[in-house]
Amino acid sequence: MGRTKFIVGGVLILAAVIYLIFSATKANAEYFLTVDELKAKGATLTGQNVRISGAVVGNTIQYDPNSLTLTFDVAQVPGDQKEVDAEGGLAAVLHAAVIDPNRARLKIIYNGPKPDLLKDEAQAIMTGHLDSNGVFHADELLLKCPTKYQEAVPNQAG
Amino acid sequence: MVADIGYGVIFIAFLVALYSVGAAIYGDRTKSAGWVESARRAMLLLWPLISISAAALIYLLVTNHFEVSFVYEVISRDMPTYLKITAWWGGQAGSLVFWSWLMSAFASLVTLRKWDRDREFLPWVIVVTSLTTAFFLALVVFYENPFAEFWRGPDGKLIADASGNAIKSMFAPMLNASLAIPTDGNGLNPFLRNPGMIIHPPMLYLGFVSFVIPFAFAIAALITGRTDDRWIRITRRWTLWAWLFLSCGLVLGSRWAYDVLGWGGFWGWDPVEIAALMPWLTGTAFLHSVMIQEKRGMLKQWNMLLIILTYALVIFGTFLTRSGILSSVHAFAESAIGPAFFTFIGITFVGSIALLIYRWPDLRGETEMKSMLSREALFLLNNLLFISVLVVCFWGVVFPIISEIFTGQKVTVGPPFYQTATGPLFAGLMLLMGVAPLSAWGHSSLKTLGRAIWKSVIAALVITIFLFFTYTANPIALVAFFLVAMVILVTLQEFWRGTAARMKAQSENAFTAFWRLVGRDRRRYGGYVIHLSMMLMAIGILGINLFQIQTQGTVPVNSSLSLGGYTVKYDSVAQFPGPDGQQVTRAVVSVYQGNNYLGDLYPRIDYYPTEKQNMTIPGDRPTLKDDLYIILVDWQPTSTNGATFKIFVNPLVNWLWIGAIIFLFGIIFAAWPDRDAERVPARSHHIHQPDANQTGAAD
Repeated sequence: MGRTKFIVGGVLILAAVIYLIFSATKANAEYFLTVDELKAKGATLTGQNVRISGAVVGNTIQYDPNSLTLTFDVAQVPGDQKEVDAEGGLAAVLHAAVIDPNRARLKIIYNGPKPDLLKDEAQAIMTGHLDSNGVFHADELLLKCPTKYQEAVPNQAG
Repeated sequence: MVADIGYGVIFIAFLVALYSVGAAIYGDRTKSAGWVESARRAMLLLWPLISISAAALIYLLVTNHFEVSFVYEVISRDMPTYLKITAWWGGQAGSLVFWSWLMSAFASLVTLRKWDRDREFLPWVIVVTSLTTAFFLALVVFYENPFAEFWRGPDGKLIADASGNAIKSMFAPMLNASLAIPTDGNGLNPFLRNPGMIIHPPMLYLGFVSFVIPFAFAIAALITGRTDDRWIRITRRWTLWAWLFLSCGLVLGSRWAYDVLGWGGFWGWDPVEIAALMPWLTGTAFLHSVMIQEKRGMLKQWNMLLIILTYALVIFGTFLTRSGILSSVHAFAESAIGPAFFTFIGITFVGSIALLIYRWPDLRGETEMKSMLSREALFLLNNLLFISVLVVCFWGVVFPIISEIFTGQKVTVGPPFYQTATGPLFAGLMLLMGVAPLSAWGHSSLKTLGRAIWKSVIAALVITIFLFFTYTANPIALVAFFLVAMVILVTLQEFWRGTAARMKAQSENAFTAFWRLVGRDRRRYGGYVIHLSMMLMAIGILGINLFQIQTQGTVPVNSSLSLGGYTVKYDSVAQFPGPDGQQVTRAVVSVYQGNNYLGDLYPRIDYYPTEKQNMTIPGDRPTLKDDLYIILVDWQPTSTNGATFKIFVNPLVNWLWIGAIIFLFGIIFAAWPDRDAERVPARSHHIHQPDANQTGAAD
């Protein structure tokens, strides 16, 4: 009798927690896509929240401080860690993506203060949605600057 | 030369750690006290050895030896000396040395204690701590060597691999190669130069490392079969200190994010933040459930499971911050050590669980749980809720990986997922914080609980209704504020009840009675202080999450922006060089409430030329009611038409920081050593296992 009471209670709690996790996952899951994947899916995702990753193209960064509107392009970088490793690490991959004019690019609009880490060849991870003109409206913007020692060959040595 | 010494010594330390593991096992198997003593001495040698290696590394950092790759990566000439020293843990390779150094220090401390009654634990505590140290040393020796150097060939060219990356190596990679010495280094990421960020990693690491000690004793208890609560009593204070350091690390990290990252928040549910939170969750559950084992002899299996889980999460947490598998704002580079971490976690976890299953029958509870409302049942529920929060966190972190495996598509969850999933669980924990202290061990009924709690509930309801009319109609906020009020009232009532009882029984005055009450049972009343501080922190977290308001705009000099009753007037902007090689652009704004002048604030942007990196530092004005938080976004140097600001008003958020300080004080109060800690007899009548345990334990 005593035991069943606790087992029933435990099962109920477990069920509640599982329900909580699954409903929260369902409500908040976002595709994590590369620029290529986003372009391939295109219109099917319009309006839906997704997360994308790409390399910031430095000379496209424009900032209007009056309206705090930030626009820039990101270039396609592979999403798979193995591909990144094969191409010589994240810094090399980002560099290659930015200098290659044939890579797919995506225009980003973000409203807010210009992040400190936003610069050429930074990795941008953005959450937001694609509009009907193919422009990505980012609500959240994370930036990652890989440590550059792998390619920063110390050749100024005396 | 110094680099060679550093590397050589750390290699020797690695061998000594392996020897200590082997000697301890051999000594225990052959019942040879000599071998165990030899293992103990080998382990005591680890800390001095790693210290020598660390000293070599610090010497290289301070003296700008840029031919050493790690030095090149983390410092530059213009950095002040104290930052060069703390750059020790500013990069991956150095922080692994730092981890090993702390681990060996803690292991030495624990082996120096008196072991009279616990001799049989000693070899296995040595095995676990030395093995953990050896693992981290192996990472340094074989994967991430901070002493590796750059080389140039006989032709004078830098030796690089096919894709142009400079080769780092301890020894000349070809004949007639010489050291390549860059003139300056990359420098430390400016974000990591904040004082909060300088002590945040050591605190976190101290917390991580000190949780290894209770785990080592747990494993020793499992192997030797001494499965009474002796291992818990020995490590109780270690666990509290571990919890203190980990909590302190989390608080400092949050404060750093608030001060430096400039997005107006303190916690972004970033995988690296979660990685530090997860062992904290299991550790907190463990702190609660060991009390049930001590008082009632129950939940022994569960406690073992919790400490094993905590250890795995400690290593997993170090791994998450070290490997590149998850995207995160934390800028540690990707590296090859991921698989090594994964293997180590896998082996130790499976091994520990196998041991636990082997000892499962010995770990049965001594009493049955009877009442659903007894203290132990409510503690168990508390544990389930903590573990549920852990499951949510873990699910969120690994979900992208799982979804990719099963659907080929990476799907992620962001902060809203964590908020919706953990919100009800945290509410449940708050409810328990209100109810559990009033329940009795063994048996409580709704009637007894109701009698103890009704006054607090009614008072909390009155406060909530008052808040409804004066502050907010947000239903989530009202429920949360009700719970906060109830927990605070119940906890204060507990302090009062104990004091009043003492005043009556001992005829002491209120002050003496209160002082003696909390002094006699510091764990309990320290715990209550922690509960109170948690509620203050909850007020801050609710405030910033539910009521944050913001505005932004570009204004000319002498014009102003208004938000939440504040008026912010832009006075001037100036540029000057900072103490740390940076170029500072600092705005002066004056803050008014109505016509009332409150003071000046100085939001600024620091530009670091070496790293080509801006750093935005907000100006903030903290009050108990809210926090005015101003970011300088942009300014036009040529014209007089002004600067752009983003302004946040974060209501109640300072209660978070006040609560955090009280919280740390509460832990110190609970963990402070008793003068006669070791002389208190443990429940000696519980050591009823036959001596056979000492011989045939680990067959």
